[in-house]
Amino acid sequence: MLRNIKISQAVDWPTILMYIVLVIMGWISIYGASYDFEHPSVFDFDQNAGKQLLWIGSCVFICISLLMIDSRIYDVFAYFIYAAALVLLILTVLFAPEIKGSKSWLVLGPVRIQTVEIAKFATGLALAKFMSRYNFRLKGFKNYLPVLLLIITPMALVLFQKEAGSALVFLAFFLMLYREGMPGVLLYLAGCCVILFIIVIKFGSDLLQPTADSIGAILAVFFIIITQLGFLFVFTKNLKQIKYIGLGYVFVIVIALVVNLIIPVSYLYFLAVAMFLSVLYLSWLSIQLRAKPYVLIALFTIGAVAYAYSSDYLFTSVLQPHQQMRIEVLLGMQNDPTGAGYNVNQSKIAIGSGQFLGKGFLNGTQTKLKYVPEQDTDFIFCTVGEEYGFWGSVLVLGLYLAFLLRLLHMAERQRETFSRVYGYGVVSIFFFHFAINIGMVLGLAPVIGIPLPFFSYGGSSLWGFTILLFIFLRLDASRLEKMR
Amino acid sequence: MIDKHLQNRKSVLAGIMMIIVVIYVLQLINLQIFNPTYKEHADSNAFLNKTQYPARGLMYDRNEKLLVYNKPAYDIMVVLNEVEPFDTVDFCKAVNLSVPFFKSLINKLPKDKGYSYIPQLLLSQLSVEEYAVLQEKLFKFPGFYIQNRTLREYTYPCAAHALGSVGEVSKTNIEADDYYRSGDYAGMNGVEKHYEKELRGKKGVEILLRDYRGRIKGKYEEGEMDIDPISGKNLTLSLDIDLQMYGEQLMQGKVGSVVAIEPATGEILAMVSSPSFNPSDLVGRQRTKNFRALNNDPIKPLLDRPLMARYPPGSTFKVVNSLIFKEEEIITPATRFSCNNGFVAGRLRVGCHHHPNNLDLVGSIQHSCNAYYCHGLRAMLDNKKYGSTENAFTVWKDAVVSFGFGYKLGVDFPNENRGYIPNAEVYNKIYGKGSWRALTVISIAIGQGEVISTPIQTANLAAAIANRGYWYPPHIVKHIEGGKIDSMYYKKRHTVVDPKHFDSTIEGMRMAVVAGTARVAAIDSVEVCGKTGTAQNPHGKDHSIFMAFAPKDNPKIAIAVFVENAGFGATWAGPIASLMMEKYLKGSINPKRKYLEDRMLNTNLMPSAKKH
Ligand SMILES: [Zn+2]
Repeated sequence: MLRNIKISQAVDWPTILMYIVLVIMGWISIYGASYDFEHPSVFDFDQNAGKQLLWIGSCVFICISLLMIDSRIYDVFAYFIYAAALVLLILTVLFAPEIKGSKSWLVLGPVRIQTVEIAKFATGLALAKFMSRYNFRLKGFKNYLPVLLLIITPMALVLFQKEAGSALVFLAFFLMLYREGMPGVLLYLAGCCVILFIIVIKFGSDLLQPTADSIGAILAVFFIIITQLGFLFVFTKNLKQIKYIGLGYVFVIVIALVVNLIIPVSYLYFLAVAMFLSVLYLSWLSIQLRAKPYVLIALFTIGAVAYAYSSDYLFTSVLQPHQQMRIEVLLGMQNDPTGAGYNVNQSKIAIGSGQFLGKGFLNGTQTKLKYVPEQDTDFIFCTVGEEYGFWGSVLVLGLYLAFLLRLLHMAERQRETFSRVYGYGVVSIFFFHFAINIGMVLGLAPVIGIPLPFFSYGGSSLWGFTILLFIFLRLDASRLEKMR
Repeated sequence: MIDKHLQNRKSVLAGIMMIIVVIYVLQLINLQIFNPTYKEHADSNAFLNKTQYPARGLMYDRNEKLLVYNKPAYDIMVVLNEVEPFDTVDFCKAVNLSVPFFKSLINKLPKDKGYSYIPQLLLSQLSVEEYAVLQEKLFKFPGFYIQNRTLREYTYPCAAHALGSVGEVSKTNIEADDYYRSGDYAGMNGVEKHYEKELRGKKGVEILLRDYRGRIKGKYEEGEMDIDPISGKNLTLSLDIDLQMYGEQLMQGKVGSVVAIEPATGEILAMVSSPSFNPSDLVGRQRTKNFRALNNDPIKPLLDRPLMARYPPGSTFKVVNSLIFKEEEIITPATRFSCNNGFVAGRLRVGCHHHPNNLDLVGSIQHSCNAYYCHGLRAMLDNKKYGSTENAFTVWKDAVVSFGFGYKLGVDFPNENRGYIPNAEVYNKIYGKGSWRALTVISIAIGQGEVISTPIQTANLAAAIANRGYWYPPHIVKHIEGGKIDSMYYKKRHTVVDPKHFDSTIEGMRMAVVAGTARVAAIDSVEVCGKTGTAQNPHGKDHSIFMAFAPKDNPKIAIAVFVENAGFGATWAGPIASLMMEKYLKGSINPKRKYLEDRMLNTNLMPSAKKH
């Protein structure tokens, strides 16, 4: 207990300062978003801005309490907290009333909490606890399985709450796993899956004339070829072979172009032949050089083509038209004026209309007149964009980047695996929320309804993010204790 | 434990974060800096520019009597996505509509997403009474709103042609003048059209804030950016509404025109086009229906006859010829020509009626001798001093034009006809250059043949004679409140005839009234000068024409009356002109002439009436 006195010196003040600035900026945005031209009232506790002020006030106590608590308690009680969070999630699935199509609110008398917020830091703690076991290495099925179970269990329970967006947040822990030793290629392969899917669906129906080739298919092939050559470089460093294979592709493309000068023949035929030859050649190289990576890259090529083809087949032949429509809206291909497309469209109008200087505090018409739905929760960044324009938006993005980089720096400086794993979990979750939320509002990411930390209105999420952060700040503050 | 390889992954993650932020900043640049359409889109979302319609300028007569003013009218607007289920029968009762018609109105509205949250015009021009009934119940019909408009209201049921009417602008109007928007009103004819720019004022705008459901959330910037409408300018017309009304009564049952002008100014005192209609018929919701009925009427009540009807001027034209012959020194007032019941030259014969023979100029006008003017015209056109008939004719034509014939007078109305005076070229084309003589075109001597005039040109002739040689372009607007009338209306237009030549001609017109063809036009103690005329009508009975001014010295009124299919000028046109002048100069009709007034008021000469 004696060491508690030193907390005020050991705690990372830059982070706390950024936290305070973000919360204040968030509150101003909420005030702006819920301001009503007809009934202007500054501190009305029935209004969202007034309520948020109460939540912020309560956070002061949470912060101080969390900093006072002995940091060892998290190590000791990590599994217990995780189990309790799972119980709450189960209770939520069982008993939560359905609000706006989701069952994520657990109502306890006058208090309503979103249990997923608790599950986030609980999962972070549990992962930290498990991965800080003596001699733990992220290798082999035996070690991966418990880690994946720790992540997937709360994720599945959240899915049962019909909160797909919040469930996806748990995928953020894979960033932390990457730092803890998960092969980067897995992360990259996951990225490839997403990119290939988007390319195939988004450009699949655009045809290149006169051969009527699907532009989506051609782009997918080029993406696969570039990835194949990239893998060759990373895993074999055999520049000579990369040159040969690359020249082979160029040769085939030149032939395809020449042939098409005379008679239109599908480019895809040429590309398919070229890729088939590359697979044969890589397999032959693998045997010849007795090196496994070549055959793996050949397998990747076959797998990627199969994946792209089946994505297209799944989309066009298996999915119902209304399901196709939802995906198209998500990818911004369809303007659905009533649904998600409308939201993003109005959100872009709000931000775009802010121009360089913005319209000024409380002057945003797009948000005040409620053209942007969910404007004080998921679409809160619209208010920033509309009222403070480009400079305000860049300021907020810059502050977030600084905040994330600071957390990253802090996570890496931990001497204990427990603190480091937890720290990386925290960074990953904040980053995921930030990237998806802003991307959605700017029309760059799919419409996945998750809050922007410290900005979006809502007590549960503010508390959840505050607890998530301050547990880490407490752990960080005691990183030097072991030295003494 | 520390794994250098894994520590580097921190940098990979930091790199990913930075790349994402850079991408977002690029997107912000794209949205906020390179794309002005978002700003426009946001403004069109949020701001509802509600037009504030100005009051249209009022019109007064020359004695400051109010003629045209505005009454409030109400348009029903509907915002489709705010409409909730309501009692259709109750609504229709309130606005006096049948339920099926109301449903057809609703179905006609565009239903696209873009229209559903903006107010659309459902029903225009409710009367005050209908509005009062509806307003009580409006709270029961969410989504329905009232838009204030104004309609024209008339104090007197007359002067419909002169005043003109106001109607909804057409596509052509909107394309020609970007002041107008669909649904606006504008003057369609008469003074309303010619003085549209003065009367319409300037629309204002009220900027309202509209939320995502189209609900109004108050004024933008508390109305500081609003523009108040500017009312139209009031007009004082030169019309004497009592005289106008009297003229319309006299012309009842007759087809024709009356135009009265104040010679000293060119101001139009009365301008009757008969048959006429009540100007209120072309206002409001019944406008379209009534317009169609008037338009389909075979007697053409919509035709503005004083400005547009084309007649040969007949004997009134002799007066012009008398003046030109004197100016050209073809004759003097003492010149006499013989008349053997007409003009005979070889096989050509122009008939004349019975009158004392061998008349001088005064007598020729007094008795309207045809032969006198045939002789006169031949003497002029075949005169060697011009070198050729063609040259002589050109001199004659230019003189005629100087009296206001053959071209538009420049009245302040949108639809004036120029009449027709042929030039030498026309005859060259018909007969061949050099192969026509005075006798070829002799009928123009007595105002027949190729010459064509309008009633207002004939009235203007009367004014030019009354003024002894000059005229002002006739006009109906005397004064524009806070504005100026066109300076052309202050500019004297001189005829080519020297003032000294007018005395004998005027004496002839005076004698026609005292002891000649125009005796019916005499008024006690007023020296009336007049000239009868008959316009030949190949389609039926001749048109009756009378032209006059009074008093002889310092004339106050010049008038022309045309009555179609009424025969000789003295029978119908003369009495009407005379009664008009008496009414204007004396204020009332002498009881001794009551019989004449009654005959004029009660006679129906309409083609349709004559069949019975
Ligand atoms: Zn005669």
